[in-house]
Amino acid sequence: MYPQNFFYTKDHEWVQVKGDQALVGITEFAQKQLGDVVYVELPAVGTQLDMHQTIGSIESVKAVSEVFSPISGEVADVNSELNNSPELVNQDPHGKGWILRLKVKNKADVNSLMKATEYEKFLEGLEH
Amino acid sequence: MSYISLSNQDKKEMLDRIGVSSPEELFCCFPEDIRLKRGLHLPAAMPEPELLRHFEALAAKNVYAKCLSFLGAGSYVHFIPTVVDYLSSRGEFVTPYTPYQPEVSQGTLQVIFEYQTLICQLTGMDIANASLYDGASAAAEAVLMAHRLNGKSKVLVARALHPQYRETIGTYTKNLAVTVEEAGFGENGEIDLKALAEKLDKDVSAVMIQSPNFFGVVENLKKIGELVHSRQALLIVAVAEAASLGILEAPGRLGADIVCGEAQSFGLAPSFGGPYLGFMGCMKDFIRQLPGRIAGQTKDVDGNRGFVLTLSTREQHIRREKATSNICTNQALCALRATIFLETLGQLGLKEMAMQNIQKANYAADRLARVKGIKKKFAGKFFNEFVLEFPKDLQKVNEDLKQKEVVGGLALGAFYPELKNCGLFCVTEVHQKEEIDRLASLVEEALR
Amino acid sequence: MIREPLIFEVSDKGKRAFAFPKLDVPAKNDIFQGLPVREDIPDFPQVSEVEVVRHFTRLSQANYCVDIGFYPLGSCTMKYNPKVNERAASLAGFVSSHPFAPPDLVQGNLEVLKRIADYLCEIAGMDAFTLQPSAGAQGELTGMMLIRACLEERGDARKIVLIPDSAHGTNPSSAHLCGYRVQEVKSNQAGTVDLEDLARNMTGDVAALMLTNPNTLGVFEWDIKKIAEIVHAKGGFLYMDGANMNALTGICRPGDAGVDVIHINLHKTFSTPHGGGGPGAGPVGVKKVLEPYLPIPIIEKRGEQYALNFVRPKTIGRVRSFYGNFLVAVRALAYMLTLGPEGIKEIAEIAVLNSNYIRKSLQKDYHLKYDSPTLHECVFSDKIQKENGILNIDIAKRLIDYGVHPPTMSFPLIVHGALMIEPTETESKRDLDIFIDAMKKIAQEAKQNPEILKSAPHQSYVRRLDETAAARNPVLKWEREKKL
Repeated sequence: MYPQNFFYTKDHEWVQVKGDQALVGITEFAQKQLGDVVYVELPAVGTQLDMHQTIGSIESVKAVSEVFSPISGEVADVNSELNNSPELVNQDPHGKGWILRLKVKNKADVNSLMKATEYEKFLEGLEH
Repeated sequence: MSYISLSNQDKKEMLDRIGVSSPEELFCCFPEDIRLKRGLHLPAAMPEPELLRHFEALAAKNVYAKCLSFLGAGSYVHFIPTVVDYLSSRGEFVTPYTPYQPEVSQGTLQVIFEYQTLICQLTGMDIANASLYDGASAAAEAVLMAHRLNGKSKVLVARALHPQYRETIGTYTKNLAVTVEEAGFGENGEIDLKALAEKLDKDVSAVMIQSPNFFGVVENLKKIGELVHSRQALLIVAVAEAASLGILEAPGRLGADIVCGEAQSFGLAPSFGGPYLGFMGCMKDFIRQLPGRIAGQTKDVDGNRGFVLTLSTREQHIRREKATSNICTNQALCALRATIFLETLGQLGLKEMAMQNIQKANYAADRLARVKGIKKKFAGKFFNEFVLEFPKDLQKVNEDLKQKEVVGGLALGAFYPELKNCGLFCVTEVHQKEEIDRLASLVEEALR
Repeated sequence: MIREPLIFEVSDKGKRAFAFPKLDVPAKNDIFQGLPVREDIPDFPQVSEVEVVRHFTRLSQANYCVDIGFYPLGSCTMKYNPKVNERAASLAGFVSSHPFAPPDLVQGNLEVLKRIADYLCEIAGMDAFTLQPSAGAQGELTGMMLIRACLEERGDARKIVLIPDSAHGTNPSSAHLCGYRVQEVKSNQAGTVDLEDLARNMTGDVAALMLTNPNTLGVFEWDIKKIAEIVHAKGGFLYMDGANMNALTGICRPGDAGVDVIHINLHKTFSTPHGGGGPGAGPVGVKKVLEPYLPIPIIEKRGEQYALNFVRPKTIGRVRSFYGNFLVAVRALAYMLTLGPEGIKEIAEIAVLNSNYIRKSLQKDYHLKYDSPTLHECVFSDKIQKENGILNIDIAKRLIDYGVHPPTMSFPLIVHGALMIEPTETESKRDLDIFIDAMKKIAQEAKQNPEILKSAPHQSYVRRLDETAAARNPVLKWEREKKL
């Protein structure tokens, strides 16, 4: 269920690197925890982000969660579809529910993140 | 007399089920050294007939109740239709909790939704919240909201903004990264636009103007708005006398970005200052920064329309330290009274009330200005309050009036040293011509 | 059942519900010259008095309320609202008082404010009280400002406020509004403040610990004196959130246990009505050290006269206009005088009895995360019911079908799927048993018929409402539908 070519953070963000760009979103686990997403706060294009820096937040009816950048980079594009259809984060968190696209600053950042099987093990550990 | 509903048998059965012999034992976890070892030193319990006599005696000590008064200054006397008290005292409105469980709170929620709509209609704003504590704290919240919106650190407030609103803003901003500066008023009682323009630099987040201002003078919001917007700042309009909205153009149509103020004039008696009814509204782009509860429309599983508290992620119970405000309990019952009041007066009644206020206040100002030695302090047009300058200390005149059970204008010297010997008089639709004439002749006498 | 329309849907031109006396002064015709006069307010209501009365009467019938039944809302203290208090607060002598009236003409009002402050001092063990804050949250902010002013005067400005992880959301938001950074202190296995974690966090940069006692689990912070010592040793203040004072009245006074500043909720402990969301009042009590900083004005008794004192050089200023929610204070004073000292003590005794009765009756059906003795409230969770896919919200919505308002669910955050239950002292055994019975039946339904919970409520004015749609596409006022 968790795409093999993504990398994952402990805060349940995923990153998919494609050359010198990377797509960022939140995981299936995260969207389930949040419940129905009603609003996504997106950063401005051009914003410089360090690893773990706050990107913005995602609101559901009863909760709000900050989203942290998995790697360092510059915001190249945001998913403006989410303004009208925040539910995309619930329906397709690893695909159409992507949040932003970064211009990668340091390719080595992903080395400190989890791969899919590691993340799945990490989730199992949380259940207890 | 207590409000316990347990019989002796009930207590016995309950203690048995729990497995203790007295309620005392349930406090076992209290360390001995902090237990109160004596009875509370408070007056003995009063049965209802005694209690009522006691409070009637207390209320009777307020001889103000017998006086003819011309006080305004942020608290206004208007006719309150009988239905307001009658309907708002229903147990189903007085005793419910906050409508967090919407399915059993549709009465409260629909009232809030109607209230929000009415505030928007009156102020010309896109959205309004369900109420704040009062006009002063609403003004403080508006300042903080403007700062959150554009991040700029300075706010300019008119010196003609109600002194207590300015004080409250000062208290709220003291510990935050917002500085507040004052913009003075001119000879005619309106804001000094030239002085304002000089202070409007790039660090100014917002300008707050009260209209009608503390002196009763109506400000030129359109002109002020154009200036403020040309400097990339927000215009916040504070309205302390909400009745003025019955006849004066909506601030939203004159350039206001945020409107805040006091709605006590809509169905609340002066009540020695509280509970009152703060209101706030804004344009739709600012919705996520609007503090306070908001009711929204939705559907239930059967497709029926219903109302819920919404956009709760702005609020303290979810956002905690990142909330737009810490407000939790607000003034819902006061908002209910205002809603009943506005719907009862309706379009025509609200306009008529406002019209009578202006006419009677102008009659009073003209009549009093004819008294030898008194002059109107400001040339600006006013709604239902005006400032008169006296030839000597107003306090002495007020003392004489008090002997005749009349309370005159508020002496302004304590609030504005530059307005020594000036008094702020308020005349509304409740004042009869004879009463205004009586005030004038008593003032005449006092000045002789 | 008549579904009540919005007033705007009933409104039409030409209807009137109120008439004014004719204008009795000569009208000036040019009076509006130079004024920005509005045209008619589009769509502002025009209805008859009959329509107003029926509208609000029918709306009222869509509300649950204390006068109808039980509200087991934890930390809200939904006790009965005595009607004689309403009568006292509606006396013309109080209601007609203008807040700028000369003090010698409103001695009754000043006496009310002074006496209630004195009685609160006696009940809470403090040295002075201000009635200015209009609600608990505003009281918290005021308390934080008092602490900050005192520390700044000492030249010891600090940056952090400590808050237990079980705290109500207003605590961190109030601290933040005062310019403080918030740091969490963990609860231990017993559900109380972990003293080691507190000691670790308590540095010379911490201005205060905000403590709720009993805490939101209903557990008394029995180490409160040690907690106070740890905080005071590093020069900080102990603030107490008095929301749960209902468990302490006449039994224990926070001021005797080391608390420096406290807020009380008159609309909780002192029976003033909730009104669907206010007005309440959040008076703040302080020890002498913080007294000079109280908001102005102070009410004083000088001989036989009461006076307003504005000359307070160290005051933090005002947190609102005038003196606070005065008529709410009148109600609370009436309540204190009705109960007397024995009645006030009985509040805590019976509140704790009622709550423990519920706890004992339900502890086999619902999971209780903490074993510790609880006072006036207890917190169950949906852990057992979760095994059948049922969450606390489903239990809550099903309770509505049984004629009871749901308990508190949004906190404390340390209990997942919380059901916080506080009966208060005014509930009868009969009403408690109805609640217990309903909860037991629902626990059964969770096992045998979970669908009926998931689709609840079935018997209410509206059924389960779509809160997601409300937040995704906010419709926050009525507007006339535009014809395309």
